[in-house]
Amino acid sequence: MPIHEKSLIRSEDLITHEELVLDGVDVSGHWSTFIENRAVTDYNEAMEDEISALPGGEFIHRCWQCGSCTNACTVNAINPDFNPRFWIYLIRTGMEEELLRDKDIIWQCVSCNKCTYACPRDVNPEGVMKATAHWLELKGHTEKKPSMIFDEEFTEQIVTTGKIEDGRVLRRFFAKTGQPLFQEWLVALVRSLVFRLPIGLLTKMGLATLFHPRTRGWSRSRAAMEEYIAERETENRKALGLESKS
Amino acid sequence: MSGKYQRVAYYPGCALEGTGHAYNRSTKAVGKKLGLDLVELKNWNCCGAMEVKNIDPKLQTYLSARNLSIAKDMGFETVMAPCNGCYHNLKKAEYDLKHDSESIEVNDRLATKAGHTKYQSGDVETIHALDWIKHSIGEEGLKQHVKNSLKGLKVANYYGCMYTRPRHIFPEKDQGPGSESTSKPHFMDDLLAAAGAENVEYPLKTACCGGAHTLSDSETSTRLVLNLLETAEACGADVIATECPTCHSGLEMHQKRAETVFGRKTKVNILYFTQLLGLALGLSQRKVGIHENLSDSRDLLFEKRIG
Repeated sequence: MPIHEKSLIRSEDLITHEELVLDGVDVSGHWSTFIENRAVTDYNEAMEDEISALPGGEFIHRCWQCGSCTNACTVNAINPDFNPRFWIYLIRTGMEEELLRDKDIIWQCVSCNKCTYACPRDVNPEGVMKATAHWLELKGHTEKKPSMIFDEEFTEQIVTTGKIEDGRVLRRFFAKTGQPLFQEWLVALVRSLVFRLPIGLLTKMGLATLFHPRTRGWSRSRAAMEEYIAERETENRKALGLESKS
Repeated sequence: MSGKYQRVAYYPGCALEGTGHAYNRSTKAVGKKLGLDLVELKNWNCCGAMEVKNIDPKLQTYLSARNLSIAKDMGFETVMAPCNGCYHNLKKAEYDLKHDSESIEVNDRLATKAGHTKYQSGDVETIHALDWIKHSIGEEGLKQHVKNSLKGLKVANYYGCMYTRPRHIFPEKDQGPGSESTSKPHFMDDLLAAAGAENVEYPLKTACCGGAHTLSDSETSTRLVLNLLETAEACGADVIATECPTCHSGLEMHQKRAETVFGRKTKVNILYFTQLLGLALGLSQRKVGIHENLSDSRDLLFEKRIG
């Protein structure tokens, strides 16, 4: 049974008796410190296969734990708990409980691809982060994270119209995540811009919010993509052993 | 002047019709001034930006490939995309359609169902606005066109993530002298230096601005942007020159947010490299869309007597 040192050093795993005498020897206080959990028994052996079945996770099996990804990581530099190398290790060894401790930060990967650039084994750690975040959500471990809400809103607009209109994305994203549109910093920004813009351009921008830009003759592309998305969704759920949605 | 990129298909993308309009305006104005021809793709669609790939990467490949097929239908061999996101996605589609049989199968299936030309890898080359000017005009050519040198302007050149990473989708980069470097890109430095600017040594050329989560994780984005801005100031830069509408508006928005929410004020200005080039070529501030930027650079340009 392997011993996973990472889980040994957490304070909740340490037991220290304030008063303890064993065979007449006083081992009170730190003399009696020992680690409670030494072995892991609840492996999720399906986890690596499931995550590698999701888009982006395909090459997780190549990882040999050099840590180049974490070393290069943009988010790790501002939050040391964000550790792609460690998460890949946990996924590959099936340590689900350990992975779940970090379930609420994995979605924060900014897709800068520094990890993918640095990786000597072409694991595509950026893709693994996305697949893992997706897995956590599909399995019901986390609620839908802001980035996923944004991605879905964005994709829906493109699939429907062929184009994106940034004002509309902004409004609908704030509405869906329950944030006020009139945030102090955003208001300050728009105000400084509006005072400098010529009337003609303002009118044009106003009209763009009324008449959304769209690609002409898009309906067949839309149908083809909607069909593909539904197909993929069914496949992904099946790979994770989940019931089909419809 | 090399004739290769003299006349290319132009893919502006969604951002350049919205928040990045100044980039669109200045790119076209610079092209016109330099005698280069841009022909906009007819009825293009969004490339999928940074979001669609998180739903499914092959969907993004299809979206980008549809644009490449339009360029092919219009008889072009080259498409120029100034937006790093568009440029990256078109390059990614080109790579996937060359190396990944599943991507080819999905793209062919979707294109057939949608009833348009199937794109095959190798049909069209995707270039960035930097490649376009660098390879058609070059530094020497540019020097001859400069009317209003950027002398005295200290610039931090900021390339962002998607112009160089991941390396495998840019087979033409890292090919020795004359080619672009993915670890230390220099095309923007070269062009702005030719326009008279003084480039500062900026270590965060390819650092991330958190653009993918500008709205969904503002805290992270503000921290990343603030680091970019404060480092640029520490390097002595007056201006950060950008080449991506996502970086550009992210920098502008989070500069304001850092000031409003955290009280961290930075005064470095943010301009598209095409705006700086345009001003150097003698175009007016209005022509390069200085008024369309979210941040206000007029005081700096006045002080430096540019434009």
